[in-house]
Amino acid sequence: MLELQNICYEVDDKNENKDILKNISVKIDERFVAITGPNGGGKSTLAKVIAGIITPTSGRILLDGEDITGLNITERANKGISFAFQQPVRFKGLTVKDLVTLAAGKDINVNEICEILSEVGLCAREYVDREVNASLSGGELKRIEIAMIIARGTKLSIFDEPEAGIDLWSFNSLIKVFEKMHQVINGSILIISHQERILDIADKIIVIASGEIQTVGTKEEVLPVLLSQAGGTEATCKALADKF
Amino acid sequence: MDAIEKNLLEQVADIHGVPEGAYNIRANGKSAGRNVTANIDIVTKEDKPGIDIFIKAGTKNESVHIPVILSQAGLQESVYNDFHIGEDADVTIVAGCGIHNCGVDTTQHDGIHTFYIGKNANVRYIEKHYGEGDGKGQNVMNPTTLVNLEENASFEMESTQIKGIDSTDRVTKGVLKDGASLVVREKIMTHGTQFAKTNFEVELNGVDTKTNIISRSVAKEHSSQTFLSKMIGNNQCTGHSECDAIIMDRASVSAIPELTANHVDASLIHEAAIGKIAGEQLTKLMTLGLTEKEAEEQIVNGFLK
Repeated sequence: MLELQNICYEVDDKNENKDILKNISVKIDERFVAITGPNGGGKSTLAKVIAGIITPTSGRILLDGEDITGLNITERANKGISFAFQQPVRFKGLTVKDLVTLAAGKDINVNEICEILSEVGLCAREYVDREVNASLSGGELKRIEIAMIIARGTKLSIFDEPEAGIDLWSFNSLIKVFEKMHQVINGSILIISHQERILDIADKIIVIASGEIQTVGTKEEVLPVLLSQAGGTEATCKALADKF
Repeated sequence: MDAIEKNLLEQVADIHGVPEGAYNIRANGKSAGRNVTANIDIVTKEDKPGIDIFIKAGTKNESVHIPVILSQAGLQESVYNDFHIGEDADVTIVAGCGIHNCGVDTTQHDGIHTFYIGKNANVRYIEKHYGEGDGKGQNVMNPTTLVNLEENASFEMESTQIKGIDSTDRVTKGVLKDGASLVVREKIMTHGTQFAKTNFEVELNGVDTKTNIISRSVAKEHSSQTFLSKMIGNNQCTGHSECDAIIMDRASVSAIPELTANHVDASLIHEAAIGKIAGEQLTKLMTLGLTEKEAEEQIVNGFLK
């Protein structure tokens, strides 16, 4: 279980203190938790705080009761936190196989790699030896990013807008990946998303705006409010796509 | 051959013991083994150090290994090897030089390799440079590769220097006739106070000639590198050169292109990118559980793979 206690994050913007995160306290112990809310509201910052990429100004982060606030990225990764970037990173020279093997943290054979790639909808044989460079499309990179998280199989997997930067066609098949992951995962998934179909499979939805938690609840509680704010079913896509 | 020499041989030629096919092993300035085949002859030069390698026209799928190893500190030599490749041949040539220097004097090997490649012949040339030793003496290698390509001939060179060479000044020149193609892939890593200079010069004289020069390098600590690429398009041709460097610590890297088009249908491109390892690459690998140092190693190894 992940617990955030009074997380604050301030930055110095043109000599003015700007609060990016304001006193965020929440517990995450469900299997599938979605964070949503307008752009610039602090969602990605919060994910980076959990992964150790950003150090909060104050507050505590507990993983299964252990205070991990002072741990760096590597230490948190080894404690069981995985993080899929919104913008996957490209590597000249490193192949899909290299990255999935590094993610697994041990030598895994090509069959195992292929199995993981198939799970994210990549035809494994074509991809195993591909370099993770500019020759791959945004959708392919996203899938490889998710494949790395599956290969790690940690108790907490964070995904920052897996739908960002991919076309609708790719998204439709990606959603199936998450639906399956929801069923089989051993730990918790924390996913930042604006997509109704992702929110729809969440056990809990957290709405963050202006650096604060606005609402926390089940999808039955939160989703109708979000949708009505967005102006009804027809406007849903727009509202969610425009990020409110 | 002792353990040190065997290790050098393995490093530069990926061979354990005696290679298959034709070979000539030069150890500490002397011949340490030679084998010729029905299609490949190797003859010692009379007028200067070096050998002539003759590959018969039409020779297919054969290889020649010509490794050089120096384990005697302070030895300095210039060696002239000429390769005469017959028409329609298709061969692989593996050269390479390994130095083990445990003394205080400079050990230096300057290999001047000249290729005369006949019509329609294809040559794959692999060259590895490696240095080691705990002495204060410098390991120096200044290879020169001169490639003359006849009509529709092709030459593909892979050059690797990733360890232990203190100073290198390498020159690679190509002269291409109609339809000929020259491809070079170079990998260099320097550290400490090492210096590496690579100088490419390609004359695209024939119609439909092609060249592609790709250099990937990593400069660490206080080392420095200079990459010069000169392409002269004298006919309808395409030329592309690319210098991609990772710079670390206090190192320095220069990339200097010189493109000259003397024909309206000459198309020449140079790309250069020099920069440190992207922070997000390190972060990504750290989220997989690697330390910053391990992440850096993986990125560098992948880049030079």
